[in-house]
Order: sequence, then C-alpha cells, then structure tokens
Amino acid sequence: MAESLSQQAAGPGQQAPSPSGVKAGRLPADQPQPAATTKVPGRLELFLGFAKIGALGFGGVGPWARHVIVEERQWLTEREYAEVLGMGQILPGPNVGNAAVMIGRGFHGLPGALLASAGLYIGPLCILIVLAMLYDAYGALPRVAPFMTGVAAAAAGMVIGMALKMGFNLKPPVQLVAVGLLAMGAAAWLRLPLPLIVVILAPLGIWISLRLARKPQP
Amino acid sequence: MILLGQILIAFATLSLLAIGGANAVLPEMHRLLVDVHHWMDDATFTQLFALAQAAPGPNILAASVMGWHIAGPAGMMVATLGMLVPAACLAWIMAGLTIRLRGNTWMKPAQFGLVPIAVGLIAASGLIMAQATVTGWAALVIVIAATLFVWRTKYSPLWVLLAGGLVGLVLL
Repeated sequence: MAESLSQQAAGPGQQAPSPSGVKAGRLPADQPQPAATTKVPGRLELFLGFAKIGALGFGGVGPWARHVIVEERQWLTEREYAEVLGMGQILPGPNVGNAAVMIGRGFHGLPGALLASAGLYIGPLCILIVLAMLYDAYGALPRVAPFMTGVAAAAAGMVIGMALKMGFNLKPPVQLVAVGLLAMGAAAWLRLPLPLIVVILAPLGIWISLRLARKPQP
Repeated sequence: MILLGQILIAFATLSLLAIGGANAVLPEMHRLLVDVHHWMDDATFTQLFALAQAAPGPNILAASVMGWHIAGPAGMMVATLGMLVPAACLAWIMAGLTIRLRGNTWMKPAQFGLVPIAVGLIAASGLIMAQATVTGWAALVIVIAATLFVWRTKYSPLWVLLAGGLVGLVLL
C-alpha cells in the first residue's frame, strides 16, 4: 500500500478519475503497476487467500470469496470481482471455482490458476475425507443438529446479505436490476433449472448492457 | 479399474452440465449414480449430499464424497478430478478470451450484462437456503440478523456463522 501511495504521490489531488472508472475494471494481469485501489497478490498469497476462502466457506464459498478478495485483501474492485463472477456463473462448475481459475490466470498465468484452485479445494477436501470416514464408520452424521441448523440459517442470511451488498455497491442501471430480479424470481420462486435461466437471461443482460453503453449516460 | 473409469466419465459429464453449480446437477447426479449405475440407494445419496453441505467449500465437492463411497480414496480422487477439471478448462479458455478481447470497447459492457444474473442467482440461492432452514421464529431472526450483518458491516462473516450456531444451540 505504501508503495502504491508513493507512486501516486507525484500528483496529489489528481486521483486520475479514469472516465467513468470503467477502464480500471479488468484483471490486472498485464498491468504491472497497481490499479487505483487494488493490490496484486504474490503466488503464495494467492494460494493462501483461496485456501482461506475454501476452508471457511461453510454454507457456500461465495460470501467468503467476496469478503477476502474485495474487502480484506483488495485484489479486485467490487466491479471487477462481479464481472469475473458473472462469467463464472454462466460457465458450468461452481462460480467461485471458475473465478479462482480466471483470477489466478489473470495474476500469474497457469501457476496462478492452479494455485488458486488448489487453495480453494484443499481444505474442504481434507475435511470431507474425515467426514466420509466417520460416515463409513458410523453410518450417520454426527449429531450436532441444532448448532448446524443455526449455522445454516446464518449462512442463508450471509448469502442474501452478500447479494444485497453487491447490488447496492455496483448500482447497476435500472434495466439490469430488472434482469437480476428476473433471475432471482425464476430461480427462487419458479424454481426453473439454472441452465435455462442462464440461456435466456444472459443474452438479454448482455444486449441491454451493450445498448446502454452505446448511448452516453445522462 | 473399469469402475474408476465409469466414475470418471459420469462426473466429467456432470461437470459440463453444472451451470450454476452443484444444485443445478443434483437431479442428473441422482439419476446417474442411483438409477443408472446403482452405486448407492436413494437414502445414501441424500445423506452423502447433506454430508458435503456440512463441510466448508464449494457444494460441488459432494462429488468427492460420492466417489469415496463408491470406490474409496481412489474413487474420491477420480470423482473430484472428473467434476473439477472439465469446468476449470472451460474457465481457463474463457479467461484467455477475455484477456484477448479486453481492448474491445464492447467487452466491458457485455461482461457487465452478466453481473445482474450472477447477483440475482446468488440472492435466489440465499432465499432457497433460508426457506429450507426457517422452521420457526428463531431461525428467521438468525437469517435476518445475518443478512443485515453481512450487508451493512465489513466484519468477517465468521462471527455471524458462529453466533448463528450458538443461538441455534440455545433456541432450536
């Protein structure tokens, strides 16, 4: 942080308001100097960050991934992270798993993608091995039901809270908010299969977003 | 050896179908493992999936537990690789495309068009999780408190999980 500050010290007050801030939104792969507020993690840091995301990811890794990547370590801005996650969402596989590949590649190429993925899965796999052995031995889950129910309820709130936080931080135009609400309703109330939702709404979202970008925003 | 090959093919197929993660392929996984291959019965499938949910990490690792149950450690390894590698390869290719196309003016807006879908589906999965856990007022209070905590503060979500568990011990 100190380094990036000293690099910018040349022009105090010139916070380089890159027009609309959109240009800064990209994976920092071929951007040696740190973008406005983000930091480039080293390889070990990348591995450890994703290891934390995986090992703490009770009830899903999504909120943890955002917390570590955007808030705690500031590798990506909210918008950059959301874009990577959006791509991870329409591809098969866990969205954060896909994000790990893309973020790892963006920072450190193939080693980065492998380290980020390995970090994400190593902790949970070890825990799962223990659980699978317990299950084989006793044929049932350990009876910690009330505690786990409480954790599950909190995890549900955690996921909803993250979605709200991202939505409000990103402030998408109202048309895109509508697309998001459609996706939510289709999945939560209509219980439509996710691939169907993605196939219908992804082209719609892209089309709206491209149209909005072509007209200058008021 | 033949069994391991079958496990690999089954999970590699699921991997490429899993748009939206584990929950999206749950029905197909059930069909393949229980109805087609008869590797386990219905109750075992459900319990193993619950077991994977109890652990941290992406829910897609349910594949690992299933693999273990079918063929021990080798089964777990094959199932995990089968589930993760094909999807990861696609993500790798996609990342390469975005890096190549990043200069194009339409690339950023196009990518941003996918963001509301991701956020909307995340919100939906939270709502579905909440619906599954809320059986009384105590659980509802936990869900709402956790939502507000994560939405309005920057503290680690660990606190809210821990608090939820403790409240669960006392009230549920």
